[in-house]
Amino acid sequence: MAAKNEPDTPGLGDVLEKVKEAGPQHVKWLQNPFETQLWRSIFRHKLDETPRNRSLAVLSNVFLHLHPAKINRDAVRYTFTWGMGGITFYLFLILTFTGVALMFYYHPDKANAFRDILAIKNDVPFGNLLRNLHRWAAHSMIITVWMHQMRVFMTGSYKPPREFNWNIGVILLLITMLLSFTGYLLPDDQLGFWAVTVGTNMARATPLIGHEGPFGPQIGATPFNDIRFAMLGGSIVDANALLRAYIWHCVGLPLIGGTFMIVHFWRIRKDGSISGPAPVMLASEVPTAKGRR
Amino acid sequence: MDWKQLWDITTAPDNVPIVILGILTPFYLWYGFREAVRNDRLITQLEADPALAKTHHRRHQPYHPAWDKTVHVWPYLLRIEFLAALIVTAALIVWAVYFDAPLEEPSNPTLTMNPAKAPWYFLGLQEMLVYFDPWIAGVMLPNVIVVGLMAIPYMDTSPLGNGYYTWKQRKFALSGFMFGYLVLWLALAFVGTFIRGPGWMWFWPGETWDAHRVVHEVNVHLHEIVGLTDPVQIGIFGGVVTLGFMAVAGGVTDTLLRKYKPELFRKMNLVQYLHLVGFLVCMSALPVKMFLKLALGIKYVWVTPWFNV
Repeated sequence: MAAKNEPDTPGLGDVLEKVKEAGPQHVKWLQNPFETQLWRSIFRHKLDETPRNRSLAVLSNVFLHLHPAKINRDAVRYTFTWGMGGITFYLFLILTFTGVALMFYYHPDKANAFRDILAIKNDVPFGNLLRNLHRWAAHSMIITVWMHQMRVFMTGSYKPPREFNWNIGVILLLITMLLSFTGYLLPDDQLGFWAVTVGTNMARATPLIGHEGPFGPQIGATPFNDIRFAMLGGSIVDANALLRAYIWHCVGLPLIGGTFMIVHFWRIRKDGSISGPAPVMLASEVPTAKGRR
Repeated sequence: MDWKQLWDITTAPDNVPIVILGILTPFYLWYGFREAVRNDRLITQLEADPALAKTHHRRHQPYHPAWDKTVHVWPYLLRIEFLAALIVTAALIVWAVYFDAPLEEPSNPTLTMNPAKAPWYFLGLQEMLVYFDPWIAGVMLPNVIVVGLMAIPYMDTSPLGNGYYTWKQRKFALSGFMFGYLVLWLALAFVGTFIRGPGWMWFWPGETWDAHRVVHEVNVHLHEIVGLTDPVQIGIFGGVVTLGFMAVAGGVTDTLLRKYKPELFRKMNLVQYLHLVGFLVCMSALPVKMFLKLALGIKYVWVTPWFNV
């Protein structure tokens, strides 16, 4: 027994009707794609240049909302920031992309490491360019980190309320240099091998926990249990050291560094955004009362 | 004059970054100090005219009361960031096309590189190894540098110069930092890169790196000059000299600070003040030891069976 209330099944006529409608509809979508459901599902705000939309462009975007919606008109001046912190982060992104691409072609073991680099240089399409980009971006990042620190010091931007963020910055500086240093060993060539040998030999001399350091031997440090052994996974720079350098370089340090970067950026916002150019203060205006913070 | 040697060092792919740094550092120093001079001029003007100071907008940048104080990040900041990303990308690609990342022969533990150099950004530390044993140069000093940098915001009590370039209001802080960064860190890295050749010997720029050069170097220990031979006496003598230097340097630093920076002394509490003096003494120890080693050929001041200073 058929249910009386059921609507008719759309027939061929309805299909033809739809096809006829589709033409003008597509023209409308193509003429104004910003009105389509697809577009609106991605971008929640309109595009006309109103202050509201300009703010929403930043605030409704997960990547851009690291920024505030508005900033001091003089803070965008290159003469104040030199752009070094931002360029450092951008270089970190370049290094992540090129680094991941390089990882596809690299085995962190003594039998393959050097040959893989030769393959990247000579056989992999654009491999040499990729490796060069990674190398020079890494060196550039050290330069920009140092420049950023110099700028932050020269503008006194470590002063309250940004003391803690300066500390995070010092840690990030250290991690940047460690990232570069661990990467140095990975090609497993003479350059990296001897640089890392010289570098880690210093760890022998660590007081108490190095086997050649002050009071190290006296409390039982040997080449097989000291801090250098922990760094290299052995008493010489060999397969274990290569693997450790690889894991620190590709996983450990980027994770730690990324975490500190999140804190660094978050604290910039929480500590009142960029420090200046602040209005100058006169020596005669310094509060003299005790207990001032 | 060996121009080829100089050219080889300067254009070695791994040295290109430090050459770039050598160009960028003076440029940005000038760039920053130019802003400082502008602010200082404004500060002098406002200090002379209290009435103006009450109404002035307090920045040297162009100003008009009708202008908005803030601008939208989109587009005014994001377009700069986008442009910076483009320029950095383009520059990196050009660099990567013209300079290949170095690749030496496969690692060989039986064939020592001469000179065995760390990457350029660690050459400041490696150069310090000439003056101090590894437990100081490679372990203690890096830690003192990191802790010292972190302590700066807690020792610098002056609220002046927060968020703007100035020389006038921060002469002491700026000269301290610049001495540490430019002289004790960057200059040493440049020495390590351009001056130190095979055997970590000193070659002036343009001198040929001769691995077989014989240097008649006479290293003496301080106690040998005095003529001590008994190990116990040597240990006590070195300890007295080293700790004595720390005490005297601390005393001198303290006297100078109180004489020339009395306001700094008054504002700091004891913990802050002692740390400031301590870090300054540590900083001064490096140039003092460099002088002892380079000028007088003294290797160790304090020799004990367990460690040497």
